[in-house]
Amino acid sequence: MSNVDLHRGIALHRINAMILRYWYLLMSSWPRLLELVYWPALQIITWGFLQKYISSNAGFFAQAGGTLIGAVILWDILFRGQLGFSISFLEEMWARNLGNLMMSPLKPIEFLISLMIMSLIRLAIGVIPMMLLAMLLFDFNLLGFGLPLIAFFCNLIFTSWSLGIFVSGLVLRNGLGAESIVWTLMFGVMPLACVYYPVSVLPGWLQYVAWALPPTYVFEGMRALLIQQIFRADLMIEALAINIGLFAASFASFLLLLTSARQHGSLIQSGE
Amino acid sequence: MSIETAALPGLPQPDPSGSAAIDVAHLVKFYKATRAVDDVSFKIPRGSITGLLGGNGAGKTTTIAMIMGLVLPTSGRVQVLGYPMPEQSDRVLGRMNFESPYVDMPMRLTVRQNLTVFGKLYAVPDLRERISQLAADLDLGEFLDRANGKLSAGQKTRVALAKALINRPDLLLLDEPTASLDPDTADWIRSHLEAYRKTHGATILLASHNMLEVERLCDRVIIMKRGRIEDDDSPAGIMARYNRSTLEEVFLDVARGRVHEGSAPIGAAAEGAAAHGPAGESA
Repeated sequence: MSNVDLHRGIALHRINAMILRYWYLLMSSWPRLLELVYWPALQIITWGFLQKYISSNAGFFAQAGGTLIGAVILWDILFRGQLGFSISFLEEMWARNLGNLMMSPLKPIEFLISLMIMSLIRLAIGVIPMMLLAMLLFDFNLLGFGLPLIAFFCNLIFTSWSLGIFVSGLVLRNGLGAESIVWTLMFGVMPLACVYYPVSVLPGWLQYVAWALPPTYVFEGMRALLIQQIFRADLMIEALAINIGLFAASFASFLLLLTSARQHGSLIQSGE
Repeated sequence: MSIETAALPGLPQPDPSGSAAIDVAHLVKFYKATRAVDDVSFKIPRGSITGLLGGNGAGKTTTIAMIMGLVLPTSGRVQVLGYPMPEQSDRVLGRMNFESPYVDMPMRLTVRQNLTVFGKLYAVPDLRERISQLAADLDLGEFLDRANGKLSAGQKTRVALAKALINRPDLLLLDEPTASLDPDTADWIRSHLEAYRKTHGATILLASHNMLEVERLCDRVIIMKRGRIEDDDSPAGIMARYNRSTLEEVFLDVARGRVHEGSAPIGAAAEGAAAHGPAGESA
């Protein structure tokens, strides 16, 4: 992969080739497909029943119906978006195929675009059944959010891609020894993004950290929508602004890590 | 959405006509304190087959990786097909290909799927026809729809070679192309490579530990030791200079530091090589 001519010659056929490669892989492996659906389904069932129990016993939650289920689904969009991106990248490391790709005309930007598209495909396979389950079992319709859902989704997916790009760069540079970061990074974001509770619960100094993360705005926005029935466009715009900076920083760090990998010979090593 | 561009502003425009297929000048690569490649220079003319020989840790893999752009040199320059690497790699990567034991094809994909993906990456026209042709040439027909992970080592090597030829490259870099193959299949592959060179006028750079293979295929041999070029000549010229009848004997002489009476390895590299501490390929 050329790392010098980033913006020129983006070719659809190369992006298509990479998507085809991941599609073949998904279709050849039923455990991979099952994994995409299994965990989100388990999540929604567990949290859905919890929400049902709490709302029948607490007045506030009875009024704020759906906050837990909504948070679970939106969290899964964030988490699965990053995982879908990173796992497709890791498949190349596990297959020792990265050298073949790096030596091909595929460009880093094309590689990353194909990983983003695959994260959307993997997300759809996992989240659509999750949404249907929520609708059938708990009478919760995520699409009922209406247009705000688009703002929530876009902000969450941009964050997930940014983190996915960054950790992929780390793995590229440091080898599979850095793989665990792929699986755990997002869990570090979870308490600070205030998925299940409002930012006001956090100590004052930690609130500054929380507001530096775009997902915090989304989860606050979701609670405002469900509890107060208002759409906080201001929160979404602020989240988008942070996301743009985050995405640019992640992309730049990926390129730096790629250059560093070339300098250190990491691309011709395939282990830890 | 294809917006391929013609030139990079701000960079000197090379004149590729008549240039060497590979032009390496004063190439140096350090991995921390380890000098893996030390002031290596050579030019490989178009249409030739050149063998890169050397023991483990001689610097062959790192040299090839720098030619491919997978590793950045500490200093020195690399030009491939007339273009500087990696600055203008986008002009070159579609015209070259490689096969190496340090990469694999995705195991769960069938051979046909793998070749389809790489064919599309290289924008190969008439891809189905090309895959059928390669399947016939390299005898892949019976396992074309089998997962790559279920193939024998020899079959995988043939598939990797098919991938390396999918875009009809002008420059082919091969690292141990006949490793894991039985003698019959290996011989057949060598014939195929010779034929490919003749029909396409391709340049082949070949790293191998199989001296018979190198003697048979190569017009020229570059012997590396401890990151430096120890000798560089035709197989016959090298054997004559070392008073040896096979390249294997020459290889052992070089590897074990034996210099025969009347033998005269070329270049100052020979003297310089002895002065270096052990250097290893990072790969």
